[in-house]
Amino acid sequence: MTSVFGPEGESIACTVIQAGPCVVTQVKNPETDGYRAVQLAYGDKKEKHSNKAEIGHFKKAGTGPKREVVEFRDFRKEFEGKVELGAQITVQDVFTVGDYVDAVGISKGKGFQGVVKRHGFGGVGEQTHGQHNRLRAPGSMGNASFASRVMKGKRLAGRMGGDRVKITNLRVLRILPEENVIVVSGSVPGAKNSTVILVK
Amino acid sequence: MADLVKLVEEKEGGDRSKTPSFKAGDTVNVHVKIREGNKERVQQFQGVVIQRRGKGTNGETFTVRKISNGVGVERIFPILSPSISKIEVLKVGKVRRAKLYYMRGRQGKAARIKEKL
Repeated sequence: MTSVFGPEGESIACTVIQAGPCVVTQVKNPETDGYRAVQLAYGDKKEKHSNKAEIGHFKKAGTGPKREVVEFRDFRKEFEGKVELGAQITVQDVFTVGDYVDAVGISKGKGFQGVVKRHGFGGVGEQTHGQHNRLRAPGSMGNASFASRVMKGKRLAGRMGGDRVKITNLRVLRILPEENVIVVSGSVPGAKNSTVILVK
Repeated sequence: MADLVKLVEEKEGGDRSKTPSFKAGDTVNVHVKIREGNKERVQQFQGVVIQRRGKGTNGETFTVRKISNGVGVERIFPILSPSISKIEVLKVGKVRRAKLYYMRGRQGKAARIKEKL
């Protein structure tokens, strides 16, 4: 993350993302597949790390094996003519400055976390819900003699992070077409150098 | 990835040579552009720099403190902010700290800073 200045001179926190170039590896249409979608692939990988099915699939599109493959369902009409098997998709093809995009990624793993961090419980600051003197304890587990059990879905401590997270409405601040780099406002899920999916 | 951040910072960084070198303890006069509707005018903010932070990044800021009508006022400016039209260094102070937070507790005579000659 870094920051850029907006038109009013305000400083905006932003994330720099390498966005492509992606290759169209498959175009699905209602006749053969039952729905309309485009499959994009990004990032080279070695042939020895791919199986024969993958190599064959990418060969059809006329490219080498790729690391990430993502399908975009029901893409916009404006891309109808542009997406053909083997076509290269660059940043400018899809995004312009001022667009609002969604970023989907796998959030950073936080390990085994308590209820205060994981579910936003109040801890001992709460006056009710069975809080006593243990600062970050979950408090009451639920009802007493009726039910006599803990309800399903009770929010408790456990593994946090590593989930698929979508951050919506990030503004496109800058586009560097030569490097295929896009700068969006705010933060995106995941660790540095991890993959995010940008949806307009 | 770090290279991409550097790339963007270089492109957005603007001209650092225009900003004079100054540090904590110096007295500066900052000319700030202010937009009022369609009109643009320049406002001046003069005071002592009490800190510079975030060195080496585009987010570097400095804090200017002045006493206005007996009330201490601090303003934080990003060094690369496009709304700063000019920074004048009026006095170079002689101080032993990089962050002059102790200025906040001082008034009048005690709040003087020795000048470097």
